[in-house]
Amino acid sequence: MVVLPLTGNYAVAWAVKRARVKVIAAYPITPQTTIVEKLSEMVENGELDAKMIRVESEHSALAAVYGAAIAGARAFTATSSHGLLYMHEVLWWVSASRVPLVMAIVTRAIGPPWNIWTDHSDLLDQRDTGWIISMAESNQEAFDLTLQAFKITEDDRVNLPMIVGLDAFILSHTTAPVDVLEQEDVDRWLPERKQLYVIDPNNRFSLGNIASPKDYMMFRYDIEKAMDNARRVILEVDREYGKVFGREYGGLVECYKCSDAKYTVVAMGAWAGDAKEAIDILRDNGYAVGVLRIRFIRPLPVNEILNYLSGMKGVIVLDRSVSFGAGGQLFTEVSSILASRGRPPAMKGVIAGLGGVDVSYSEIKDIVLKFINEVEDQGWFIKRQEWFMPYEYSFKDYG
Amino acid sequence: MFVEIRFHGRGGQGAVTAANLLVAAALKENKYGQAFPFFGAERRGAPVLAFARISDRPIKIHSEIRSPDIVVVLDPSLLELVDVTRGLKKGGVVVINSKETPSIGDEYNVYVVDATSIALKYKLVVAGWPLVNTAMLGALSSATGVVGLKSIVSVVEENWRGDVAKRNVEAVIEAFNSTRKVR
Repeated sequence: MVVLPLTGNYAVAWAVKRARVKVIAAYPITPQTTIVEKLSEMVENGELDAKMIRVESEHSALAAVYGAAIAGARAFTATSSHGLLYMHEVLWWVSASRVPLVMAIVTRAIGPPWNIWTDHSDLLDQRDTGWIISMAESNQEAFDLTLQAFKITEDDRVNLPMIVGLDAFILSHTTAPVDVLEQEDVDRWLPERKQLYVIDPNNRFSLGNIASPKDYMMFRYDIEKAMDNARRVILEVDREYGKVFGREYGGLVECYKCSDAKYTVVAMGAWAGDAKEAIDILRDNGYAVGVLRIRFIRPLPVNEILNYLSGMKGVIVLDRSVSFGAGGQLFTEVSSILASRGRPPAMKGVIAGLGGVDVSYSEIKDIVLKFINEVEDQGWFIKRQEWFMPYEYSFKDYG
Repeated sequence: MFVEIRFHGRGGQGAVTAANLLVAAALKENKYGQAFPFFGAERRGAPVLAFARISDRPIKIHSEIRSPDIVVVLDPSLLELVDVTRGLKKGGVVVINSKETPSIGDEYNVYVVDATSIALKYKLVVAGWPLVNTAMLGALSSATGVVGLKSIVSVVEENWRGDVAKRNVEAVIEAFNSTRKVR
């Protein structure tokens, strides 16, 4: 154990170093910048034997590491918000080429109006691209997920790229203790890079050529199967990491006091920690409540959601993003899964914290309590959605 | 133990570094810590905020600190610009860098240290700015004991090297010894 006080971004950089990544390319954007700043410092002072490629845009950053990855190198990039949207096309190129690659996304709101603070719109805009998509709750988990991402993506049952998400500022620029492990322990745990194929000038083949409709659809079917395999691989890697390094999170989801709960809060990212604090207070007051934290939104934890939540009296989903005209993405997905089996629990979606609006544990407690009272007073209802704004926006006069 | 601290400083004075060092010092005592800046655009000289949580158990929350237990003011001129006691808990502690005794509400415990003179004495000046952050950590330790002097000295020694480390340590100790309660 090597515990250092690190920001979320530095924790990611440390994991990249521990994985002995060979090629890094990135274009600066707040709040991601300090990840690649730290990495370029590590390369410059000889701590990390990697090639940093300077590029003129995010589109090129992902294209550059895509090239490195298909040539056989362990590669990494990071971005946020508009940078991620600019990359969007290349995300499809990487996943459909079935090449392992790891990218950190420091989640940030999308403009206009211009906003540098956290929400999950940029991340969830990539849901359908064929990337495995995870979200950390803490700096430690950002480190652990980044390291695990290399093992998951390079597993021969998977061969898909993976995003590690972490919230802007509340993780990325917040210092907390992080165990960065010993290099030799990581070396023993993480094998040499494996992949389906490697571009080799002496063994030429065609990549990304035009495919007939039938072939194209077979390629897509293969991605779906690989995504399904990833469910098992994520769980295996999580368990094995727990055995070796002592931290196991639960696979695609983390169940926090939800096994004996009647009501459960579903959330993703750093504010799930605030939801846990809220739930602890409610439990002290006699309420049987829990938190189901979504760690992976792709592959979607369908069985976990059914197993943990089907028997609940009520499920409330907190979304830090919105699909305009449909509601919160987590709520849409979780409620559709629950509605597929018998009579679902009473379900409510709450959209909050967009563009970095601070939501405290005591506000989450009130949101949950209001929902419980609605269900207890009015009885079962199928779906209800609302937007939440905090009672006071406390620091608007400062800074 | 669970303590929330807000630092008021000016951009360039090292408020964010102070919060980070405090967390590093807490780790030395097997406590848990979390430090973060106010998430906006930082400008040199403008009023800035930094925050820290220190606890004896892992910290789950990531939301803002709205009702701190302790406020540390790195620059006395901020008292005229900013309500430094905003949200401060009743009976909370205010630690101020000041030569004089400032007027702060009766319901708080107020401590004063002349950190600017200490920083100047030990030549802790960057780009014309006295760096008072390490001295203020000494004062914070003296006023509240949230982390011990030994832990602060040891993180300061790790964070800087040679003569700069030595001068910062001297500033920490002098501030620790000269912090006085004025209310």
